[in-house]
Amino acid sequence: MNVYLDNNATTIVDPQVFTEMEPYFVQKYGNPNSLHSFASDTHPGIKAGMEKIYAGIHSPREDSVVITSCATESNNWVLKSIYFEYILTGRKNHIMISEVEHPSIIATAKFLESMGCRVTYLPINHEGLIEAQTVKDNITDKTALVSIMWANNETGAIFPVEEIGDICEEHKVLFHTDAVQAIGKLPVDVQSFNVDYLTFSAHKFHGPKGVGALYMKKGKELMPLLHGGSQMNGYRSGTLNVAGIVGMGKAMEQAVDALDFEMTEIREMRDDFEDELLKIEDTFVVTPRNKRTPNTILISFRGIEGESMLWDLNRAGIGASTGSACASEDLEANSVMEAIGAAEDLAHTAIRFSLSRYTTQEELDYTLKVVQAAVIRLRGISSSYAYAPEGHESGLDSHHH
Amino acid sequence: MGIDSLIGGTIWDEYSNKVTDLMNNPQNMGEITQEQADEMGAKLIVADFGAESCGDAVRLYWAVHPKSDVIMLSKFKSFGCGTAIASSDTMAELCKGKTVDEAVKITNIDVEMAMRDNPDTPAVPPQKMHCSVMAYDVIKKAAAQYKGVDMESFEEEIIVCECARVSLSTLQEVIRLNDLTTVEEIADYTKAGAFCKSCIRPGGHEAKDIYLVDLLEEYEKEKMAKAADASGEGGAEFAQMTIVQRIKAVDKVIDDNIRQMLIMDGGDMEILDIKENGENIDIYIRYLGACNGCASSSTGTLFAIENILKEKLDQNIRVLPI
Repeated sequence: MNVYLDNNATTIVDPQVFTEMEPYFVQKYGNPNSLHSFASDTHPGIKAGMEKIYAGIHSPREDSVVITSCATESNNWVLKSIYFEYILTGRKNHIMISEVEHPSIIATAKFLESMGCRVTYLPINHEGLIEAQTVKDNITDKTALVSIMWANNETGAIFPVEEIGDICEEHKVLFHTDAVQAIGKLPVDVQSFNVDYLTFSAHKFHGPKGVGALYMKKGKELMPLLHGGSQMNGYRSGTLNVAGIVGMGKAMEQAVDALDFEMTEIREMRDDFEDELLKIEDTFVVTPRNKRTPNTILISFRGIEGESMLWDLNRAGIGASTGSACASEDLEANSVMEAIGAAEDLAHTAIRFSLSRYTTQEELDYTLKVVQAAVIRLRGISSSYAYAPEGHESGLDSHHH
Repeated sequence: MGIDSLIGGTIWDEYSNKVTDLMNNPQNMGEITQEQADEMGAKLIVADFGAESCGDAVRLYWAVHPKSDVIMLSKFKSFGCGTAIASSDTMAELCKGKTVDEAVKITNIDVEMAMRDNPDTPAVPPQKMHCSVMAYDVIKKAAAQYKGVDMESFEEEIIVCECARVSLSTLQEVIRLNDLTTVEEIADYTKAGAFCKSCIRPGGHEAKDIYLVDLLEEYEKEKMAKAADASGEGGAEFAQMTIVQRIKAVDKVIDDNIRQMLIMDGGDMEILDIKENGENIDIYIRYLGACNGCASSSTGTLFAIENILKEKLDQNIRVLPI
């Protein structure tokens, strides 16, 4: 049996989304900006797609939802344009992000730091949450931007974007939120709180890869990151990704339709699955369920290094993930686990299961059995549970690393 | 760079079949209890290396014959990824039947070679090489325990890159002989720094005493010192330096001999450019603070600066304030 439980990384494209996109490859392939009917044949699809995208996040028509190539581009755009407009010109000198942002925010902020911008990395608390108070404590009249993700990709932790938006408004500071993990999992309404910029990406909600977007409030439009042929009203040049826009629109419409299902049925399945996992001895979950997106579990199995668990899961046809040590190129522990200050020996033991509306109960039952067997096998190998003769002083908790 | 580095495959695809098999079914996984060792008439050694908080840890069990020093039985338990488990397993296998002195000679490279499917294809991807280092370290720990000596006593030289086992003296020699200036060059010449990358600079997977960037800096300083000391006949060396090296050398002379004097008078200077002009080497400078506009800045002070630079670096130097 093959089970996909890595939906925070990417999702299956909904077959209906794919069907809507199909005509825009071989039949309606014109460049939308040209003057002939090959071009104008694409316009109704683009228009319908854009309308659905606007509706999905409740964006007023006068605001701009600019289509990009991915969330990484959107996030880079916000930070770099703020740098050019406010930091480089000396009007402001500071931006604020959290220490658990997506790499497209953290790495960009670090780059700007190297260019002379002051950056504050807000800490998360022991539950993996950002406290709005920390934004208040660090904001100054020289702060140009606060960028805090709506929900964390690793833990699913939901951050208090409404409160943070209020604080920013009070101090007249621009506020950006990376909502990649929010669309389709939480109600997203840009009119319901103060937000100037909002990032999202189609492939996280059953749309195609290669399409992202940046919402910009009227009057807060950023200077472009990509200059060129003035597509998207000059904010983002580059030939329009017609099929991508059509696909994102359809995926957005379905995500909104399925939101109730996600927040009730999927949440219940997730909760039951988590209950069963927690029955295994020495397992730990950090962020409380009601403060998480409904589809995400980040769980530690003491004594089992993350990649080993992925190995056994993969052998049984199950795809999950870990940000921990050996599974990643840079060999570092799960950054969120470290930031939470989880017991050090647990930092390398976290596994993330992320569900979607395609996940079935049968799949979760099967996964549970595989996890149970893997825990027995891998703890059997693990030095953490190994025999030591009387008087042996364990050397496994001090190391030159 | 290039196509292979652009799309990066999954690291699991680069594991040898042996690594995969050992991860799925480790052969020497297990424990030796005190009772078992006693029954065998053996001395039980239990050695630990690594830590869960670092992502990998191993406990090695040896039953050693007290008279012959032969390792009669060797078992392991490991917290780690697939390559850590496979490396530990291979290491335990290689120890069996050897004397403790022979076992100490097993290196991480032996462990990695033993896991290859064919001699020319590495058993693990570069960033996983450090897993086999842990397997090597734990043997030293066990042997040290058996012999009642310090673990470091088995190291004959200082190893900077543990993955490729490149020593400090080798690195210093290669850097000097080939005039290496980047970590990439070091990796090309010695393989040091090409695996887990911890030894390149601080902040990697493991903290080190010596980093490759330190060695490069040390060599750079050496070259600079040589350049600064060079006077008269040595000036030929200044003429052969790159522009960056020249600016550094000039800066150093100014720091050591001139700047203090200027600062005491509330001024300072900076180097703008160095250009060759026929036989001459023209150094363009700008005065800062009180020096700017001071009468002696175009006479006495200027001659002093020029003379010191001529003496320390090259007779053909001319100093031109802008």
